[in-house]
Amino acid sequence: MIASFFTWLNDAYGLNFSIFYDAFDQARFLKGLWTTVYICLVSITASVVLGLLGVWVAGGRSRLGRLTVRIYVQFFRNTPPLVQLSFFYFAVGGLLPTIGDGAGAQVPLVGGTGWAIIALSLFAGAFNAEIFRAGIEAVPSTMVEAAESLGYTRFQSMVRIVLPLAFRICLPALNNNLVNLVKTTTLAYAIGVPELLYAASQIWSEVLNVREMMNVLLVAYVLLVAVLVWLMSRWERAMRIPGYAP
Amino acid sequence: MSDSRPVHILQGCGVTCATTDLPVLKPFRAPPIAPSGLAAPVVIGGAALTCVALLFGASLAHAQLGAATGRDGALAILLRWAPLIFQGFLFNILISFLAMALGTVVGVVAGIAQVSLAAPVRKSAWALTQFFRNAPWLVLLFYAMFLLPFEFRVLGLTIAFPAWVKAIIGLALPVAANVSEIVRGGITSIPSGQWESAESLAFSRRQTMWMIILPQAVKRMIPPWMNLYAILTMATTLISVVGIQDGLSITRGALIAESRPDLMIPMYLLLLMMFFAYCYPIARATLALERRFSVRA
Repeated sequence: MIASFFTWLNDAYGLNFSIFYDAFDQARFLKGLWTTVYICLVSITASVVLGLLGVWVAGGRSRLGRLTVRIYVQFFRNTPPLVQLSFFYFAVGGLLPTIGDGAGAQVPLVGGTGWAIIALSLFAGAFNAEIFRAGIEAVPSTMVEAAESLGYTRFQSMVRIVLPLAFRICLPALNNNLVNLVKTTTLAYAIGVPELLYAASQIWSEVLNVREMMNVLLVAYVLLVAVLVWLMSRWERAMRIPGYAP
Repeated sequence: MSDSRPVHILQGCGVTCATTDLPVLKPFRAPPIAPSGLAAPVVIGGAALTCVALLFGASLAHAQLGAATGRDGALAILLRWAPLIFQGFLFNILISFLAMALGTVVGVVAGIAQVSLAAPVRKSAWALTQFFRNAPWLVLLFYAMFLLPFEFRVLGLTIAFPAWVKAIIGLALPVAANVSEIVRGGITSIPSGQWESAESLAFSRRQTMWMIILPQAVKRMIPPWMNLYAILTMATTLISVVGIQDGLSITRGALIAESRPDLMIPMYLLLLMMFFAYCYPIARATLALERRFSVRA
């Protein structure tokens, strides 16, 4: 049905949406979509973990740890993500040893997708650390003191009292940053990771339907972001603090 | 080790529950750029640069010492290319200025349209803003690069449309959408009392907007606008992906020309440091302005 419609569209109007009727292009496109989703999922998780880790160290007693986190955050926030990605992929990746893949060829230890995930997680993690820190600052110190007086250790009060509140407060900001992360995954194109943009560019350079693919691509990304925003806003509503209006 | 089960403190707190003026939750000072835990921002910036410079120096020294005899030293090669890389970086800055100017002009119009009284104008401006805000920058850049013509013919006059102009337009699209949101946010953050009192003084809507609302809102828009500028500056490296010679592509070209893998880390770090030295002061200034203009309740 869909395939025949788009074949008809191509024949009648010359609008060539090959991904909807050509099985090969469709498979490529879907594979690219899956790669993008995979990079998104892994780096969202990793960046949130990194942000939590950063905020834990930044609030700790060790001066060196605090300074390290500050430097990490400031450096990754104030340099272009594309240059970071290039640095990791070309410079750091070039230093790592290669391993045999069993068929005689040498493959790098961490591939393009791996480096994309690492670089994007570090990039978004820097922003997340700052977002969590702002959230934690919004929790009154009396709350922490009360927890302390009840014998909570720092870790316990963090996990049971501070973070549950702070997390709810900073969810909108976190939401924004994760949307940004999804959009930043397109940078992986620059190091040849076969994600959605890369797949689309392969298709349009072979089938010569730049205009159509470009629009499909835009809609695909807007949909991807919309799904994330929808999920996050549902979560936000489910977790909202009753009576708290920011 | 004490028992750490949660204790129900409020149980037994009956009708005579004492009120407290302690805050239940403090205000959430949202990033983009929130104050740092340490007092001296200069120290952080300096320390970050020093750390990277140390790494840079170490990798450079390693390359210098490890170089085979009879070839140029790593330092000599780096000095040879550094001016060109810096030139490329300046081109990035130029692009960011132009894209920001174009994006701001379009964005302000779109932002004002977003609070228009005419529903079709408001809704279409909202839809456009959301669309361009949520599309990835790189995809929009591709969009502009591939779908804009390379020359225009107007009345027999041929206007060339070089790649870098198209890149500016491609970068200005998301900037305009973000500026539009900033303007809308700034305007709606002005208390409605201002509108009402202007109305009671017989200001027309246009007069109210230009003489009362916007002058107050601009102050609140400047910090997020500067933050957007820093983001745009970092995003200008995207133009290297679509084949324009900027700082990143020159760096990459230099590395290919010299074919010295040991120089990769110092070269990329050099470029990273250039961007950091440019963007970090902007981030600090944004924060300082944000604090200064923050609305006192």
